[in-house]
Amino acid sequence: MTNLLDVENLWVKFPTRNGVFDAVRGVSFSLGQERLGIVGESGSGKSMTGRAILRLIRSPGMVTADRMDLEGVDLLSRTEKQMRDVRGKQISMIMQDPKFSLNPVMRVGKQISEAYRLHNKVSKAEAKRKSLEMLEAVAIRDPERVYEMFPHEVSGGMGQRIMIAMMLIPDPKIMIADEPTSALDVSVQTQVLEIMDKLVKDRGMGLIFISHDLNLVSAFCDRVLIMYAGRVVETLAADKLHEAQHPYTQGLLNSLPRLDAPIDRLQVLQRDPAWSEAPSVNT
Amino acid sequence: MSEILIENLNVWFGEHEERVDAVKGANLAVPKGGSFGLVGESGSGKSTILRAMMGLAPTWSGKIEVMGQPVGHERSRDFYRKVQMVFQDPYASLHPRHSVDQVLSETLSLHGFKDIDTRISKLLDDVGLGPAFRFRYPHQLSGGQRQRVAIARALASEPEILLLDEPTSALDVSVQAEILNLLTDLRAEHGLTYLMVSHNLAVVGHICSDIAVMQLGEIVETLGVEDMRAMRTEHPYTKHLLESSLLGLERS
Repeated sequence: MTNLLDVENLWVKFPTRNGVFDAVRGVSFSLGQERLGIVGESGSGKSMTGRAILRLIRSPGMVTADRMDLEGVDLLSRTEKQMRDVRGKQISMIMQDPKFSLNPVMRVGKQISEAYRLHNKVSKAEAKRKSLEMLEAVAIRDPERVYEMFPHEVSGGMGQRIMIAMMLIPDPKIMIADEPTSALDVSVQTQVLEIMDKLVKDRGMGLIFISHDLNLVSAFCDRVLIMYAGRVVETLAADKLHEAQHPYTQGLLNSLPRLDAPIDRLQVLQRDPAWSEAPSVNT
Repeated sequence: MSEILIENLNVWFGEHEERVDAVKGANLAVPKGGSFGLVGESGSGKSTILRAMMGLAPTWSGKIEVMGQPVGHERSRDFYRKVQMVFQDPYASLHPRHSVDQVLSETLSLHGFKDIDTRISKLLDDVGLGPAFRFRYPHQLSGGQRQRVAIARALASEPEILLLDEPTSALDVSVQAEILNLLTDLRAEHGLTYLMVSHNLAVVGHICSDIAVMQLGEIVETLGVEDMRAMRTEHPYTKHLLESSLLGLERS
């Protein structure tokens, strides 16, 4: 058993007035102690895949899979109560925008130590000490001051680092980061990613990095899944991204304007209906 | 002669102790038919310059000249016919209960055009939307199609200057390419002048020939796109921005 997570034939379905909509259609992958990127356009099902792993999809949405195992233990058959031990403690998730995922009326420090105390039986003082340590680990200067602040008093980049601290403090085995830096400026983006990268590596965690930014993913991941219309169309080693075979991946790469290689017209992605019909690629 | 000339522009919000200086002493000039980009982090004041030009940020001082005419705190209808703005988020900038037809015909009648029907067909054609889109509502359009409608609305008054506030940051990369191509084509066809704000240096580098870098309300450096590509910069902040946006490319 070397894999942290095994997913086989995952489907996410939503019933609508016009029949059942399949958001994720038969996705399979496994995750070891590595950084796995999931890339795709909006609506390709990448976020839904992340949420399905944590069983965060609420009724009437339906999640089915042949297998969804966390270190060999089935996730789908767990009760909601058992799932609560998984969320945070074993698999944690960083959402896109810190403005919406931090509690606005609770001090930052209290939110972090709450995350720790929920999974560890320790005193308040011990939790606070641990939280300050964690804030320092995410490169926040003056953690004592930030500990007492409210979310609206911190900047976007700082907010996202606080989220990372909160998600890492229970020491999970897998972290799912759903567009963790799209709400941030470029210069802050790299800083936040480097911190995340270092912590994940030091702790030997598995990271699932969901993003629409191909270059970012290829710079920070080991392996990349490319999703289109709910299916995985291609999997690649991140450093081989520019050797991509699938026309969709190539189209995405070519549609990016590049600072170092100016062109007059950008290539526009020509969609082929066959892409969404082909079965998911297995890894 | 410059199509847009801004000298020593200051914009502030709030009074007395709560006063925040969002833009401090900004200077820039855009020639007719040119395209100028403003880059910087959020909060650096780049959008505020556009908003001050359009009269959306009323507390400003300094000089703004558009097509040789000084712009005062009161703007004429003629000004709004010549200068139009495209906003960042096409999900927020279109009225959810107005069809595309209503959005465009309202704009056209406000500007006193008579042949509204033919103009709407022409505008939709210009932005690459067929006549089938005319009676749709925003929720029936994708993000890229909405931004095309927003661009059509800006083009309705036959402007000479377009102010673009992060026109593609809410869109997917594949759709971003379509919109950027559209903007390039429109500029060539109509001889438009662009002033564009973006935090994405690659996008600005693609559209604009001159770029001003902003930090904390000040323009710290103005440079040509060739200098930017070759990393010939004077200011450490510009260098830092360039390095962070090239990072992804270098590692791959």
